[in-house]
Parts: sequence; structure tokens; C-alpha cells
Amino acid sequence: MWMLRIAIITFSLLSAVATPLCAWAHAFPDHSNPSVGSVITVSPAHVRIWFDGALEPIFSTLQVRNTSGQRVDQGDGHVDESDKTLLEGSLPPLSPGTYHVFWSVVARDGHRTEGDYTFTLH
Amino acid sequence: MSAFRSILLLAALILVGTSQAWPHGFAGKRFFPATLAVDDPFISDELSLEMNHIREPDQVSNEFSVAYSKRITPDFGFEFSEAYQHLEPNQGGSKNGFDNLDVGMKYQFFLSAVHETILSVGFDAELGGTGSGNVADSFSTLSPGFFFGKGFGDLPESMKFLRPFAITGMIGPNIPTRSSNVTTTIDPVTGDISQDSERNPTTLSWGLTFQYNLQYLQSYVEDVGLKAPFNRMIPIVELPLTTCLNLGCNGQTTGTVNPGIIWFGKYVQLGAEAQIPINQRTGNHVGVLLQLHFFIDDLFPQSIGRPIFR
Repeated sequence: MWMLRIAIITFSLLSAVATPLCAWAHAFPDHSNPSVGSVITVSPAHVRIWFDGALEPIFSTLQVRNTSGQRVDQGDGHVDESDKTLLEGSLPPLSPGTYHVFWSVVARDGHRTEGDYTFTLH
Repeated sequence: MSAFRSILLLAALILVGTSQAWPHGFAGKRFFPATLAVDDPFISDELSLEMNHIREPDQVSNEFSVAYSKRITPDFGFEFSEAYQHLEPNQGGSKNGFDNLDVGMKYQFFLSAVHETILSVGFDAELGGTGSGNVADSFSTLSPGFFFGKGFGDLPESMKFLRPFAITGMIGPNIPTRSSNVTTTIDPVTGDISQDSERNPTTLSWGLTFQYNLQYLQSYVEDVGLKAPFNRMIPIVELPLTTCLNLGCNGQTTGTVNPGIIWFGKYVQLGAEAQIPINQRTGNHVGVLLQLHFFIDDLFPQSIGRPIFR
């Protein structure tokens, strides 16, 4: 039993020491444009979401839907080539209403996170 | 190189299944933190270091604990914990030593991403006799338990500022393998023999946590302009409670109300809580609970941080 106890403590110390050596983790959104829950007066040309880590382009998606559930974005949601933390998609001119942004991303370590938010165009 | 890495990742995810790539404590977009006092409802690869200081009615208790959990499958895993105790009884000298080793397992049998709900069952055994004789019990205690977590992200738009709110909880008995300890003492002067009997009642552990996730508010409800470190904070109140079930103390409840803050980053989580006794039976002084928590699945995603079997 002492061996197991020593193993747990040793593993704890090793993990603590190893923390700064690692650079991967799941991605959380940092900020976005239009911002989460915002009310805007000019139809945006894009939806852009910046994350706190690099994304894998092949598994990262973005959709924008209106209150009827119809997809309104241009279907080109993608991770930016030069900034791997940016997920963006184009929008046509929108009519006033509330729009729902759905995103799903995979971080470099393969962990998937997803979310959604709304913005309102007056 | 980027395309090559994406192809490799695609191949890896096809092999292991993308649905199993959820990180620790998530139900959909809801992140449940590893709570400090009430056992959380999920199983993950994690390591937790905690420090607990509180003045109880009969002693001052200082405890330094280590807990490690390891997923065997994405929904099932084992947990090990150990604590070093420094006790200062009201009468007599201080006592130090390791508490008994705790070994447990947990199975997460339900997860709803849409309703941000996690349900799990677990079984924990404190192995009697594995700790120091002066601080640890000589008998074992068996503790089956039920755990739940519920986020309120499915509330209607009119209640959107309650969506970051979540509750977790647990309930389960603690069954000692010996109902009493009898200590026999022989007076060295008179030779008289005396016996002391200490009862070991069955108790019920139950607890709730109330959490308001500011990252959830900022990322999914409304950007209220919070900056680091506040945009990763979770104000929390925990209520770890224990109710005696037999042996003359039926219905007596002890516990604390723990208001505090949890901050979570990419790899670690920090937590600090006050421990306010709910009654005099628990104590009259406020204690402190501190946590340093490592997300092993994020630190070592390709090795010891992943389930052994997918």
C-alpha cells in the first residue's frame, strides 16, 4: 500500500513539473464579431470568432441560422489561413431579426468543443 | 505540413471516434469544474491537490490531499486519493500521519449535451489500516454514491442570464465494516482493566453545488466585457453535508457552506473556498479549502491523458 501511496505522490509531482512543457488543450472562444448577445444596426458581412488556441480547419464548422432555423450564411465557414485561432464565415445582407451562430471546433489535441450564440440586427 | 497534420488527425479521429474526443467535465457546451468539497459527477483523467484547514469542535484539522483519477473507458474510471493530516486536539499533543488510502470507481451512465446533464454512479472504499494508526481508522468504510450535474443552458431566452447557472450534487451512504471499536486499557498501578467503546455509525453523505459560469455567460449568452482572469471564473457555493443514520446519532447532520471561486485555464484549475459550519456540532470557526487541479487529458492528450480503451 505504501508503494501505491508513493506512486500517487510521485505522479503528482511529475505532473506539476511537466505542466509548462505541454502546449495543447481544447479551444474556448475568446471574443467574436458580432459579439455574443449584441444588438447591431448594420448587417455584418462576416461572423468571426476568435478562440484561445489554434484550430484544426478540417473539423471546424460555423453556421448562421435565422429564427425559422433556415441557414443564412454563405456556407463558407472556415479557419483563417493566417490566423488559426479565427473561425469565420461570410454573410449576405441580412434583414432585421435575431440570428443564431452555431460553431463546432477541434483543437490541435483532438478535443472538440462546440457552442452557439445569438445576435440581433435592428 | 498543415494538410499532412490534418490528414493524420482525421485518421486518428476516425480510428478512435470523434464523439469520444470530449474533454473533461463537459456536457455539450457546459463545462463542469472539478469541485473542491462535493464529488463531481464526471470521470476524467485528472489530478487534484487540496489543502484543508478548519477548526472542529474537538480539534484543529489541517489536511493535504492528493487525488488522481484515470479513465479506463471514456465513461468509466478509477479514482485514488490520499491525505496527510496534521491534527491539533483540544487536549493532548498534535498528531501527524497519512489517512487511509481511498480507492474508488465511477461510471458515467448518462450524458445529454442538449440538456447539459450528466448522471453517474460510483463506489468508494476507504481501506482501513492503510494509514497511520494515530490519525486513520482501523476499519474500512464503503461508500456507494449517485452523482448528477445539470446546466441550465436550455432555459428560454427570457431567462438567458440564468443559463450560466448549474447545479451538481451527490448522495450516498458511508458504511463502516466495523460498527464499534473497543479499546482495552490496563492501569499500570492498580491493574484494573477498563474498556472504551467507540461507535462507528453508518452515515449519509449528501451535497450540492451551485455554480455560475462566467465563461458560459461571456461565450454563449452575452459578452458583458469581462477580461482575464474574470472570464474564466466560476463563483460557486458548495454544501457538503453528512447525516448520521444509526447508533444513537440518528438524524444529526454536520457540514459546511462553502462560498468560493474557481478559475479554470487550459491545463489547470485553481479553487478557493471558505468553509462556514452549518451548526455548532460542526464547529464555530470558518475554515479554508484550496485546490490546485491538473487536467491530465489536456496535458497529455496522446498518452496518459486518454482512456485506455475507447
